[in-house]
Amino acid sequence: MRPFWIGLAALLCSAVTVPNAQAADKTLRVIAHADLKVLDVTANTTYITNRYGYVVYDTLFAFNSKFEPKPQMVENWSVSADQLTWTFTLRAGLKFHDGAAVTAADCIASLKRWMIRDAMGQNLAVHVAGFEAVDASTFRMLMKTPYALVLEALGKPGTPAYMMPERVANQPLSEQITSSIGSGPFIMKRDEWRPGSKVVYVKNPAYIPRTEAPDYMSGGKVVKIDRLEWVYIPDANTALSALLAGEMDYFELPPLDFIGLFKSNPDIVTLVVDPLGVEQHIRPNSLHPPFNNYKARQALLYLASQEEYNQAVVGNPDLYMKFCGAYFMCGSENETDAGSVKTPNIAKAKALLAEAGYKGEPIVVLQPTDRPPYNAATMVMVEKLREAGVKVDLQAADWSTISIRRNKKDPPDKGGWNLFITGHGGPDAANPASNFWFGSGCEKANAGWACDPELQALMAAWGNEPDAAKRRAMIPAIQMRGYESVPYVPLGQFFQPIAFRKNITGVLVAGMPVYWNVDKK
Amino acid sequence: MFGYIVRRILMTIPVMLVVAVVVFLLLHLSPGDPAAIIAGDNATDEDIQRIRVSLGFDRPLLTQFTLWIGALVQGDLGVSVFNKVSVWELIVQRMEPTLMLAATTMGFAVLIAVPVGVLAAWKAGSWIDHLIMGIAVLAFSAPVFLIGYGLVYQFARVWRILPVQGYTPMAQDFTGFWQHLVLPAITLGLVFAALLARMTRSTMMDVLNEDYIRTARAKGLAPSAVLIRHALKNAAVPIVTTIGLGIALLIGGVVVTESVFAIPGIGRLTIEAVTQRDYPVIQGVILIASFVYVLINLGIDLTYALLDPRIRY
Repeated sequence: MRPFWIGLAALLCSAVTVPNAQAADKTLRVIAHADLKVLDVTANTTYITNRYGYVVYDTLFAFNSKFEPKPQMVENWSVSADQLTWTFTLRAGLKFHDGAAVTAADCIASLKRWMIRDAMGQNLAVHVAGFEAVDASTFRMLMKTPYALVLEALGKPGTPAYMMPERVANQPLSEQITSSIGSGPFIMKRDEWRPGSKVVYVKNPAYIPRTEAPDYMSGGKVVKIDRLEWVYIPDANTALSALLAGEMDYFELPPLDFIGLFKSNPDIVTLVVDPLGVEQHIRPNSLHPPFNNYKARQALLYLASQEEYNQAVVGNPDLYMKFCGAYFMCGSENETDAGSVKTPNIAKAKALLAEAGYKGEPIVVLQPTDRPPYNAATMVMVEKLREAGVKVDLQAADWSTISIRRNKKDPPDKGGWNLFITGHGGPDAANPASNFWFGSGCEKANAGWACDPELQALMAAWGNEPDAAKRRAMIPAIQMRGYESVPYVPLGQFFQPIAFRKNITGVLVAGMPVYWNVDKK
Repeated sequence: MFGYIVRRILMTIPVMLVVAVVVFLLLHLSPGDPAAIIAGDNATDEDIQRIRVSLGFDRPLLTQFTLWIGALVQGDLGVSVFNKVSVWELIVQRMEPTLMLAATTMGFAVLIAVPVGVLAAWKAGSWIDHLIMGIAVLAFSAPVFLIGYGLVYQFARVWRILPVQGYTPMAQDFTGFWQHLVLPAITLGLVFAALLARMTRSTMMDVLNEDYIRTARAKGLAPSAVLIRHALKNAAVPIVTTIGLGIALLIGGVVVTESVFAIPGIGRLTIEAVTQRDYPVIQGVILIASFVYVLINLGIDLTYALLDPRIRY
């Protein structure tokens, strides 16, 4: 028996040394918020794929903390007096992970691919006549008509225009991109990728950061760690234990009810890296009664206060705003409360529903049981709808099923729907061009098919206005119209902190977790 | 015997075919669409349709089935619709953690349960018997995740002598391999050990009342010889059957244990594939799992012949 006990003791002692050995290296172990499944940054709009994009790719422009587009891969640029020719010159020495230089041809192909898929890219494409490469590092974007938001489009953070090799960008859109060769600050280790479990990146030794200090997503992307590991731990309690035990360094998306626990632990730091937060909203289906009538959509504004929703979704009052009436997020340059509804009024909701011709027909509400925040808000909405005399047909399903169902234009009693709850990140919703759910282009709008030509005209005028101050002045009118038309009902803004161990430094407030500038002591 | 084995293996072909048809139909007729998940939350219907066409999901169901079966008979399980990695590669990547966890769990359970069950039967009615059976009831009743969280809290968070989660391949780091398996194997093994201990006790008690046991004792054989050579060997067939059934239990339990301990095994692969509607992966995993089931049953049947010379095929 003695050798057994000696062996066991040796095993356990070596286990004790594991966390210390890990702490000495420069590997940042991150509990990723989701499993990285799709590498095609133009075909997939999930946050995990977008964050992967920022790790391995670089962008021509990036936003600073004032949400101004700043050059990133671009050294300098100019625009002609008639605003019809934009000329961009790349920084010297930019290289892809396979050693090839980043050229103007790569950028043109990447922009063309992105402009087909991305909503803001599509807006830009309407004005673009074509591209031409001047030399290996300079290209021109030729416009049919001037467009005020060229740099904003090229620098926007949600599904941005990542620069990839021309041969990859030229793949047919029907083919998913499986290459991970970018020119970004990290290189993906494909041989260590374990789908469903772990993604490994190493520092890109050829990456030349800008010399400016990092500011939000702009500035120098200086990598201070050697290796970045995204570990997907599906069980939140296990992830919590791994962080507290020192096995993991960084928790990307801790459940909000863990935040209080972290605050009382001196080894853990919490930080809100996205000052614009996130927002959930009720999406009505504008195709079918009663929500094809704007008065029924307005009734949804009076059901409950934002605080009631956020108490159910977030709980901790430190992590949500009591009220935010801005369709384009509080804290953004487009914040205004024009036209907003702050106080619930069930009687008014009932009256508006009656004016819309609602006579007690079943209202199909899609309930996403596997998305706790959406589910919690759905339950509040359903209770309030019932208080307002609405006959609710609550149909539970997983999010995957709802993602399909919501695209069905059939009547609610034939497989369609009336209401569901979804959400978006603050930067995605911060202006009329990037706020995907605010778009009210009828058939062209996202599921729910919000339809308001007047609102669309206001948004188009905003996009065509070259003067930033004048654009800002146009926002209250757009929002007023939004609250009349109600493409969606904002349920309030809340903030999702990340958590990391105290030996991790340099974590940036960049709108999302980024891994440049982060160091491990 | 050889002819029997060949016949049993050939019988797996129609079983596999039925499994293939049922799984394919169940998946494709149930709601959900991987194209929508690939496209993401902000995708338009047009985006989703484009992806659906590129994946071939717009084709008639019969065409999709024919293409899949055609590839299958050539040993091609297809590729994941999400990461485009071959299903074989994904299964092989995940096979080692699951097999190692199952084997360690089984070893732990059998090593604990059989001696304890024998002891309980030998001391039937005593406080030892009551204590063992009480613990067995407790272990059998406790949910796997509760045991897992409890062990993680004490061993990984308080004492910090074992890791919380993850898996290290044996070839990469032998010590790390065992460190990562201890808590999951205990978590998963306790339930099975409890079941097996109760089965061993009850079977042993039946055997210990047989005339030949009384004869063996009357001959003056040592208690250990009576218990092991005479009683346990004769009680082995139902115990082996329970172990076989336990493997089925393990496959279910592995799903929860792999999630609690973040072990990248087949169980987690299956759950993720199901939630994401990754059809080729689900179909591949279920086919392989069915085949493994058939092989385990065959292995158990063959073991009967080794343990009981009266059984011949």
